[in-house]
Amino acid sequence: MLGYIASRAFRALVTILLVLTFAFFILNATGDPAILILSADAPPEAIAAFREEWGLNAPLWKQYLGYLWNLAHGELGRSMRDGRDAWAVVSERIPVTLAITIPALIIKLVIGISAGIIAALWRDTWIDRLVMAFSVTGYTVPSFVLGLGLMLVFAVQLGWLPAAGADSWRHAILPIVTLGVAGAAVLARFTRSAMLEVLGQPFIRTGLAKGLVWRAVVIGHAFPNAAIPTLTIAGFMIGSLVAGAVVVESVFAWPGVGRLLVSAVGNRDLMVVQAILLLVTVTMVSANLIVDIVYGFVDPRLRTARGGLARGGT
Amino acid sequence: MTSPLVELKDLTVDFPVGGNWVRALHGVSLTIRRGEALGLVGESGSGKSVTWLAATKLLPAKARIAGEVLLDGRPIQGLTRDQMAGVRGKRVALIFQDPTSSLNPVHRVGTQIAEAVRLHRGFDAAAARAEARRLLDRVHIPSAARRIDDYPHELSGGTNQRVMIAVALAGEPDLLVADEPTTALDVTIQAQILDLLAEMRRETGMALVLISHDLGIVADITDRVAVMYAGRIVEEAPVDALFDDPRHPYTQGLLAALPDVGGPRRRLTAIHGQVPNPAALPPGCSFAPRCPAAIAGCVTAIPSLDAVAADRRTACFRARPATSLEIAA
Ligand SMILES: Nc1ncnc2c1ncn2[C@@H]1O[C@H](COP(=O)(O)OP(=O)(O)O)[C@@H](O)[C@H]1O
Ligand code: SF4
Ligand SMILES: [Mg+2]
Repeated sequence: MLGYIASRAFRALVTILLVLTFAFFILNATGDPAILILSADAPPEAIAAFREEWGLNAPLWKQYLGYLWNLAHGELGRSMRDGRDAWAVVSERIPVTLAITIPALIIKLVIGISAGIIAALWRDTWIDRLVMAFSVTGYTVPSFVLGLGLMLVFAVQLGWLPAAGADSWRHAILPIVTLGVAGAAVLARFTRSAMLEVLGQPFIRTGLAKGLVWRAVVIGHAFPNAAIPTLTIAGFMIGSLVAGAVVVESVFAWPGVGRLLVSAVGNRDLMVVQAILLLVTVTMVSANLIVDIVYGFVDPRLRTARGGLARGGT
Repeated sequence: MTSPLVELKDLTVDFPVGGNWVRALHGVSLTIRRGEALGLVGESGSGKSVTWLAATKLLPAKARIAGEVLLDGRPIQGLTRDQMAGVRGKRVALIFQDPTSSLNPVHRVGTQIAEAVRLHRGFDAAAARAEARRLLDRVHIPSAARRIDDYPHELSGGTNQRVMIAVALAGEPDLLVADEPTTALDVTIQAQILDLLAEMRRETGMALVLISHDLGIVADITDRVAVMYAGRIVEEAPVDALFDDPRHPYTQGLLAALPDVGGPRRRLTAIHGQVPNPAALPPGCSFAPRCPAAIAGCVTAIPSLDAVAADRRTACFRARPATSLEIAA
């Protein structure tokens, strides 16, 4: 098990490094921070000074190695916009994002999983069709369309809620609902198919043949098995807590990590972008790793396969 | 003869297939007496599983079931699904073809046996575990104390089928329905499982229905055999009489296809053709297109299952006096 975790952690590290490297070169290749931050009509001397100050005149590979060197020493660099520490700029946005993504995650899990279970148990009835209609709508409508739609109805037409900004908890409601509905739709579909798959397995019939009532078979035999695939998607959702709200934050002008990312990319504020990418990949990768470890606890087949606990058949 | 334990009377099952009802079972009547062992034989698709899944209400809810199921002379087909749960496991236990996928992969085998023990005998957790351990011993699983905490994927198919038998014994049932219990297993393991079933029946006095597509499998451990074809029982006889003097051409075909262990070598002759699709049964006798003995009258009427001797029944126009043949034709 330890060896397994170590190899996973190593792969995670490689992933993170690849993402950072890729972003570094793409961002540099597609825009000039000096011009984007100072604007194109800035006096040439100012641009030259800016280049000098931030070391942008050095060859790209040198800048890259310098970046890695600093990174290895725990330095994430500074924002080219205001000279502040890039990590400070990013980290102050994290709680703002979590304020909408955590409540949204709870909505996704509670509504998505229960809707999926209900649809599977009442398969091919109107309940199932209703849940599936909701689910298909939820994941085919892009979240910016959904967000704008909700804004139009509840902020513009009805005037019940503010349209944009982050001045009060009421501002958080529409972003939370937008995120929650879209995620619940995905999770409902996923949970439903996981349940249907499990309910068709021979051991479900064995549970009934033993004399268990249907409810006991569902709770004791179907749920633990259906939880295994559902865990994957739930883990992915946990992994995207900090980064999964880029679109919704932009729509509702919610000043979280996602909005910072959009403006930092626009400005080619390199170190801020890199800090966000680092944060995002680390959370994603660790959520994945955690899901994997939890898998081992939930699914004894995996435990044997990777843990060396195998005793073999008799 | 002892009293009937389970009686199926004119059981029919229809499945909805593409907007139509397709009849998979055409009025099956069968009596299982206390303690007896019945073999139910027929090629795959002939309705053996559906018969017992219908009788125990384990078919999907969309299936339409008609006819009577009597347990100790009392009808049980009116029971709700949850009330049937009180019959299953406790009175009638079932085991299935693929033991490994019939066990829950995320629960330890001991837990799965103990679950049945607690359900039917009201034991607490510790007593149920001790009983599960005892049951593992009874089905001859070596080092039961260690195997009790194994998961199904850690055990072989044969061991898992023993676990399934232990689960079935947990409720001390009056009838065990074993649906192709050895089909998924190696030949050597097959014989061991059949021996175990016979032993358990001797020890407990429970009745046994052994379902198989292979007449050879049921020969040794059953008293009576019913042969099914295309959703009907076509012949029923004591096992020796059936082997010595099969009356139905289908039974004759099944016997001819058996390798003759120990006896004089003869050619294996498989019945040509296939079991018809229930949605497209041939007219008259369902076996007619494959039957070497078929006559003109066989395609115009369906032969009924009639007594041809005191303890045997056959559904074939040619297995009875000529008069009825003339009437049919
Ligand atoms: N759930 C179902 N829906 C539709 N048809 C079914 C269903 N279950 C069984 N059948 C049909 O009923 C017939 C009998 O099947 P079965 O009893 O499983 O055969 P056997 O056990 O003798 O091999 C087959 O033609 C099969 O296709
Ligand atoms: S009734 Fe006719 S077709 Fe059917 S088994 Fe008998 S002889 Fe063959
Ligand atoms: Mg079958």
